[in-house]
Amino acid sequence: MTEVLTQDRESDTVAQRIHHLLHGHPALSPALVLVISMIVFSILNDRFLAPQNLSLVVQQVAVIGALAVGQTLIILTSGIDLSVGALMLLATMVGAKTASVNGLPGPLALMVGLGVGVAAGLFNGILVTRLKLPPFIVTLGTLNVFTALMLLYSSGASVRGADMPELMTWTGTVITLGDVRITTGVIMMIGLYAVMSFALSQTAWGRHVYAVGDDAESARLSGISVRRVLLSVYVTAGATFALAGWILMGRINAASPNAGVDANLDSITAVVIGGTSLFGGRGVLWGSLIGALIVGVFRNGLSLAGLDVLYQTLAVGILVIIAVAVDQWIRKERA
Amino acid sequence: MTTPSSDQQPVLEAKGLVKRFGNVVGLAGVDLELYPDEVLAIIGDNGAGKSTLIKCLSGAHVPDAGEILVNGERVEFENPQDARRAGIETVYQNLAVSPALDIASNLYLGREERLPGFRGNVLRMLDKRGMRRRAQDQVQALGITTLQSMTQAVETLSGGQRQAVGVARSAAFGSKVVILDEPTAALGVRETAQVLRLVKDMRDQGLPVIIISHDMPAVFEVADRIQVQRLGRRAAVITPESHTPAEAVAIMTGAVEAA
Repeated sequence: MTEVLTQDRESDTVAQRIHHLLHGHPALSPALVLVISMIVFSILNDRFLAPQNLSLVVQQVAVIGALAVGQTLIILTSGIDLSVGALMLLATMVGAKTASVNGLPGPLALMVGLGVGVAAGLFNGILVTRLKLPPFIVTLGTLNVFTALMLLYSSGASVRGADMPELMTWTGTVITLGDVRITTGVIMMIGLYAVMSFALSQTAWGRHVYAVGDDAESARLSGISVRRVLLSVYVTAGATFALAGWILMGRINAASPNAGVDANLDSITAVVIGGTSLFGGRGVLWGSLIGALIVGVFRNGLSLAGLDVLYQTLAVGILVIIAVAVDQWIRKERA
Repeated sequence: MTTPSSDQQPVLEAKGLVKRFGNVVGLAGVDLELYPDEVLAIIGDNGAGKSTLIKCLSGAHVPDAGEILVNGERVEFENPQDARRAGIETVYQNLAVSPALDIASNLYLGREERLPGFRGNVLRMLDKRGMRRRAQDQVQALGITTLQSMTQAVETLSGGQRQAVGVARSAAFGSKVVILDEPTAALGVRETAQVLRLVKDMRDQGLPVIIISHDMPAVFEVADRIQVQRLGRRAAVITPESHTPAEAVAIMTGAVEAA
């Protein structure tokens, strides 16, 4: 057996070696794409690499990046969440209105928003685990439910930043380090990645998330409570979506029912480009941040290069297809 | 090899197990005794109740009637975890491994060990290095030479190596009994031989094994006693010495009434 394996290794072709490498390090290919695209865009326009411009890209990415944290958790369990944007806006609008209309102090209003996010996540999780409905269908339904609730509750009206306690838009506070200008929202997003990354890679819970996404029946027979793991994932994701809503309020200095309409698909795009498999059980959380950055870099770079906005959309679409194709190739077992 | 004598107490014993699925009778009152230091094979045609019997013993099914005893004490298994706590480990036919996780993670899946102190209790950090080292020790103690690196993903392993992971896991945690469901199905000749050697090693290290198999040569090579199931009942208990494979098949199919 041993000799056979060694022989295999020695006769590996270049393609097999690359396959092996990508298999072990799923965030490697998106990281490469990010670096290469940054080099190309900096050649196309020398303003691209300016600290001010890169700061802008990172700020633009903060909300999608934060949403991608929860989305990654769910996709790792071989689920998908189409309701992320609606859930975020529901939590945001409830938090913002309780502060502006009901006069709740900032911290309390934020807690209310977080509570709404957790409750909405729990609702998704219960439908997935108790009624055993496919996550795609559940979240397609709750996408509409959350959107309708949000519009009914807010009457479709925005809440201006000035009408809310300062804490609600605190995430828009700019921190200047030389020419680099980042917001507290960006730092919060990165903190979210650090905490969830730790939980995924260092704790038994993280292992179980991967195991459930990999093969739920095997996980069950190994003594893992699949239902409890799934429920915890949807609840945790709901909390991160609510936090993304907080970052959004800081970014646009308001709470608007019309913000983040593209957030659903953009968060999935970031996760997929970041190398997490849509089939579950495979991926690295930081990859999703890289995925979100790639989308941000493409949008920004193409517009700096003077191309029409539609070309940005075109480029992102092609990226998604390539990312999924690479994933399919990586998933194939060695011949 | 031991010949069980009546003065020995069975490690695992089943008396009159009945399991019905609607109108279908899976088990019609089955007995089973597993003695220390033996490999007991269970053979039978499809529908003879092999898998149902095993699932009752491993807690995956709850029998409608009859009793299960571990070391002479009556036990009730509501789920696989109960059986596991009683020291009975089962390697299912589909192996129940997570392909993307590495060997060490699979060995400890569902019973991960945490670091001591603040990092383990508060941060709930896994003792990855410790688990990897102990996994390596367990694999070595079993004499498994086909698993090299504990950090290798299970999906990169061959069928025999995966089976070895399943066996290593059950041997590491099964304190009393290990049950293997079709361990040689879909394996090559060489890999089958490796798995059979593992089974014998477990027995020699004092861990009795129940093995369910369709593979007659494998059964006759490894088993000390063979329980033949037929139509939801125990048709006979034979040994590789007392009967030939052809005779066993005859009992299995009902061509011959067991003596």
